[in-house]
Amino acid sequence: MIIDHPLLGPRDAQEFTYLGDASLINRPDWQSENALSEFHDYLYLRDNPAGEHRELWYHEQGDRSWLVVTRNTTTHEILNVELAHDVAKAAAAERSAQ
Amino acid sequence: MTNGNRLKGGLVDRNTSLNFRFDGNNYSGYQGDTLASALLANGVRLMGRSFKYHRPRGVLTAGSEEPNALVELRSGGRQEPNTRATVAELYDGLDANSQNRWPSLERDFMAINDRFSNFLTAGFYYKTFMWPKAFWEKLYEPIIRRAAGLGSLTGEHDPDLYDKGFLHCDLLVIGAGPAGLAAALTAGRAGAQVILAEEDFHMGGRLIAESGALADISGTDWVAQIQAELSGMGNVRLMPRTTVFGAYDHGIYGAVERNADHLAAPAEGKPRQTLWRIYSKRALIATGAIERPIAFENNDRPGIMLAGAVRAYVNRWASTPAQSVVVFANNDDAHQTARDLMAQEVEVPAIIDTRPDAPDVEGTEVLKGAEIVNTSGRLGLTSVQVRVSKGYTRDLHCEALAMSGGWNPNLGLTCHQRGRPVWNTDIHAFVPGEGLPVGQTVAGAAKGELTTDAALQGGAAAAVSALADLGITATQADLPAAQDAPVSLSPFWHVKDAKRAWLDFQNDVTVKDVKLAHQENFTSVEHLKRYTTLGMATDQGKTSNVGALAVMAELTGKSIPETGTTIFRPPYTPVAMGALAGRAVGKEFHPTRLTPSHKWAEEQGAVFVEVGNWLRAQWFPRKGETHWRQSVDREVLQTRNSVGVCDVTTLGKIDVQGADAAAFLNMMYANGFAKLPVGKVRYGLMLREDGVAYDDGTAARLAEDHFVVTTTTANAVLVYRNMEFVRQCLCPDMDVQLISTTEAWAQYAVAGPNSRKLLQKIVDPEFDISNEAFPFMACGEITVCGGLRARLFRISFSGELAYEIAVPTRYGDAMMRALMEAGEEFDVVPYGTEALGVMRIEKGHAAGNELNGTTTALNLGLGRMVSTKKDCIGNVLSRRDGMNAADALALVGLKPVNAKDTLPAGGHLMNMTGPIDAANDQGYVTSAAYSPILNTSIALGFVKGGFDRKGEQLRLVNPLEGQEIMVEIVSAHFVDPEGEKLRA
Amino acid sequence: MHKLKPITPLGGNTPRQDVIGTITITEVADQALASVAARRGQANVVRQKLSDQIGLSLPDVGNAADAAPFSAFWTGPDQWMITAPHESHELLASELKKTLGDSASVVEQTDGWCRFDVAGAGLCDLFERLSNAPVRTMASGTAIRTTAEHLGVFLWRLAEERIAVIAPRSSAGSLHHGLLAAAKSIA
Repeated sequence: MIIDHPLLGPRDAQEFTYLGDASLINRPDWQSENALSEFHDYLYLRDNPAGEHRELWYHEQGDRSWLVVTRNTTTHEILNVELAHDVAKAAAAERSAQ
Repeated sequence: MTNGNRLKGGLVDRNTSLNFRFDGNNYSGYQGDTLASALLANGVRLMGRSFKYHRPRGVLTAGSEEPNALVELRSGGRQEPNTRATVAELYDGLDANSQNRWPSLERDFMAINDRFSNFLTAGFYYKTFMWPKAFWEKLYEPIIRRAAGLGSLTGEHDPDLYDKGFLHCDLLVIGAGPAGLAAALTAGRAGAQVILAEEDFHMGGRLIAESGALADISGTDWVAQIQAELSGMGNVRLMPRTTVFGAYDHGIYGAVERNADHLAAPAEGKPRQTLWRIYSKRALIATGAIERPIAFENNDRPGIMLAGAVRAYVNRWASTPAQSVVVFANNDDAHQTARDLMAQEVEVPAIIDTRPDAPDVEGTEVLKGAEIVNTSGRLGLTSVQVRVSKGYTRDLHCEALAMSGGWNPNLGLTCHQRGRPVWNTDIHAFVPGEGLPVGQTVAGAAKGELTTDAALQGGAAAAVSALADLGITATQADLPAAQDAPVSLSPFWHVKDAKRAWLDFQNDVTVKDVKLAHQENFTSVEHLKRYTTLGMATDQGKTSNVGALAVMAELTGKSIPETGTTIFRPPYTPVAMGALAGRAVGKEFHPTRLTPSHKWAEEQGAVFVEVGNWLRAQWFPRKGETHWRQSVDREVLQTRNSVGVCDVTTLGKIDVQGADAAAFLNMMYANGFAKLPVGKVRYGLMLREDGVAYDDGTAARLAEDHFVVTTTTANAVLVYRNMEFVRQCLCPDMDVQLISTTEAWAQYAVAGPNSRKLLQKIVDPEFDISNEAFPFMACGEITVCGGLRARLFRISFSGELAYEIAVPTRYGDAMMRALMEAGEEFDVVPYGTEALGVMRIEKGHAAGNELNGTTTALNLGLGRMVSTKKDCIGNVLSRRDGMNAADALALVGLKPVNAKDTLPAGGHLMNMTGPIDAANDQGYVTSAAYSPILNTSIALGFVKGGFDRKGEQLRLVNPLEGQEIMVEIVSAHFVDPEGEKLRA
Repeated sequence: MHKLKPITPLGGNTPRQDVIGTITITEVADQALASVAARRGQANVVRQKLSDQIGLSLPDVGNAADAAPFSAFWTGPDQWMITAPHESHELLASELKKTLGDSASVVEQTDGWCRFDVAGAGLCDLFERLSNAPVRTMASGTAIRTTAEHLGVFLWRLAEERIAVIAPRSSAGSLHHGLLAAAKSIA
């Protein structure tokens, strides 16, 4: 596969390491009342869609960026690639705004 | 032997005569021949034996789809089984042998199988070898294994080099026939980056195999002209002898270039083959079409060939299979075979055409509406029996038969991403359907456009449109007028009522086998394939799949498209394992990492061990030591009694800086780092998010905003990756920067009571490393040996007074030598990973065996380290009830009750009484060693509720070897439990 | 001056050079390296300081820049590798840290890497056997981090016929073997 890195352009997926569902970015608050069950769900409950999937890839043999790649798991079509850092920053900003 | 079947003309170089051997006989051919064309020219029709029935077989095709003529090429380490004689280029001295026969090709003992063909039908193995069950392993399997397979492997090492590489292009054109050449020309002239890959050694495809493909110029001349133009273009890469074998995601193609298969041996240092990974923006499949046979009684005799192949042999190689050739077909195209043969004065007794309205051909008789009902000739065709009309048959003497059931587009590469072909009723064949790989288009015969004119025009147009997608403007190249006769064909798949009519020549599948599959209800294509093994040989059924499908359609009363289709998967043709391995063989299988003291350790005669990609010194044998234990015991004792040095560079080192560096480490580690003073080191434990212990190491604070973290050797890459995940994804607002410095510093552990004295001779005098000034867990940036920058950490893995000292790697070799020299007065020893392991077990330090992915901080006795006052990875989930049970496993020491017993690692622990089974399991042994200090075998292990069971005795069992050893639970800290030595 | 004698990544006292066909492979051990990573929100400060004080304008993604005796290439978001001659700038990291202060994290990387400069007409033929980087379209003054011979490396196009390959120092021997094998293959 070819992943179109937002900074570096198209790069072979061989250079990347796959982690999994991009929801791993949304780590629960450790001090939440329901922290135990929230962490349980965070860690173990994942969607496994046949179709579009947002997932984390790490450019280990490149610039060491974590990416959020939106990929169709049945066709391998890649619909979007973002820097995970940007995604995480936006999510954090949203959380603090709430 | 003579070239009795050699004709005039052709693309063979008659000035370069080549001698070769087949089955021990000497022959000669010409440069430009394949083994098959040269054998035919020499009058050899019998080339192999079939897989199952050992039927005598000759060559069927003139290309890579060949199912029959598989030979063993070369000898010794270069011997290569199952090589298709049709694509093996002739070279002087070529030596080939037939396969799957004994004692000889003419007299093959296993041909007895053919007599039992009534029993050896489809599903024979499944039905026959069912019982008795006990016979399977001892009797049936060995016999089947011996009978299976065609060629044999040598068992010797392949002496040749294989290379690999990566190519990029705008347009990858696969196939250099009319469509491919027109496309490459169009794209090349437009300035695009073009790769033109052709599996043959000669470009041109059918243009060089047909006599009248182009109107005003010979195909061969036009090909030469275009090839000359293309090779002059810097933006076009011509790759003959290159098979594109797979289409992968996003325009990536796999290809094998055969650099030296046409030579007796590659030149020194040169590869035999090169595996290419091609990154294409667009790809054009111009792979042509493959002719299909007709199934009829005994249609597999040597001399029976595809009509298009006969034309290729006659026109390109000037070689005919025989002097008398009959044609059997259902289409006009095959009539050209008769014309080409007659033009070379080869006798064509008749054309047998299944169509009642077939056209006439000048110079021979056309038997219209006729069928071949049988053939004769045990080792080569002698005659065919023709049913001319109802009830009237006629024998025709001939030594070869050119048959044609029409042409199938060569779809392999269009199916690799599960693209499903669709049936085209105009040409009665499957053509590419929806779902082609991204960026791929198809042109020419591969698309079902079977005339030369359509191929030329279609190829050029496809190039224009592919480049338009990329924003490159191209204009269709000017192309010669070409053959444009419409396809005239009437579907005909098999002659009815044949007893044995072959569909799949390579896997010996007959029409009857398909009928049997149908009868037993294996009617879906996938079942048909697996039940009969149709299409499952190395040729992937290139010549057989559609025919079998047609027979099945007939039996089920459905149409062919309703019956289904089979798709193809990579590789298109077999790829040598050597090519896939490339340069990564033997010692170069993976990169080797050498430590800074490697050269010195080699001089000392160290024994090395692979740790990941690292080579580390395992122990340093001395003269007179005959057993590794002697060396290891000495290294341990000398370190504990005086001083030892060990290269610990392999531990991961990660530089962590930034205003939030301490907060970041608080997040990474279970224990706290915020309050660690500058100039101090702290042991840290990392958890996984599920609360399981992950890795341990130390973090040294060099400044308020600067730490150096160490990881275990094995996890260096993973921990770094994880830290980047936390930094970028979980703590995106922290000010922290990471970089690995593992290799930048040569780091040595200097351990033992004399370590300080030794280091005082190395560390420059302005740095006070006395116990008061530089206590346990101190760290600092210093200079050594008269001014070299270095880092000193007072940490200990061995349990002794110990330091780790780091210098820039280029000075690592000299540093080791300096340490040895300075330590001479203390009888300093270098120690390897074995002594390191013994000492850490003696000290009760956890390592990989204990941090094994199932154990928690609590199990390791480090439960109190997990801070509840801060967030960190794994913190919350480590509090789950199940991970905090009262009888949780606890890391303990174990020693044998009988001091002479040796404790095996991996054994399980059971109470002194009661059954030995999983239900009564009390824990297991993780690490064991002989302790030269304690003079006994010792071990670390996990025991249920073990912290409160010190002094208790257990049985250490190893049922696999019938071992049962009494052990006593003790503290894991066998040596210096109070840590006095560390702080001395 | 200290008395410790350095060795090259390949273990020699002097850098090794191999000439195979048109290709020359030279071990380069005379360059100091330091990584510079801008602290949060400080990238522009870092750019300004280096531009003001050593005249080096830090390159953008995938590029390299020169300001003799310094060179720099991009390694990641807000992160660069700076090089300078080892003889005059062995303490490059400390020099840069003094220049940059709290605006950047600077780490000595000199001995984390081995470097081979590969030169000659067949340069692209050689590198397309080692790496998936599109070497034929790589312009002079660009750098790419990728894999070669199963190693994570930087390829730095110094000139039309010269590429520096920078790889983890401990694997210098394996990389060198790969370079030689590829050079022989195309010679």
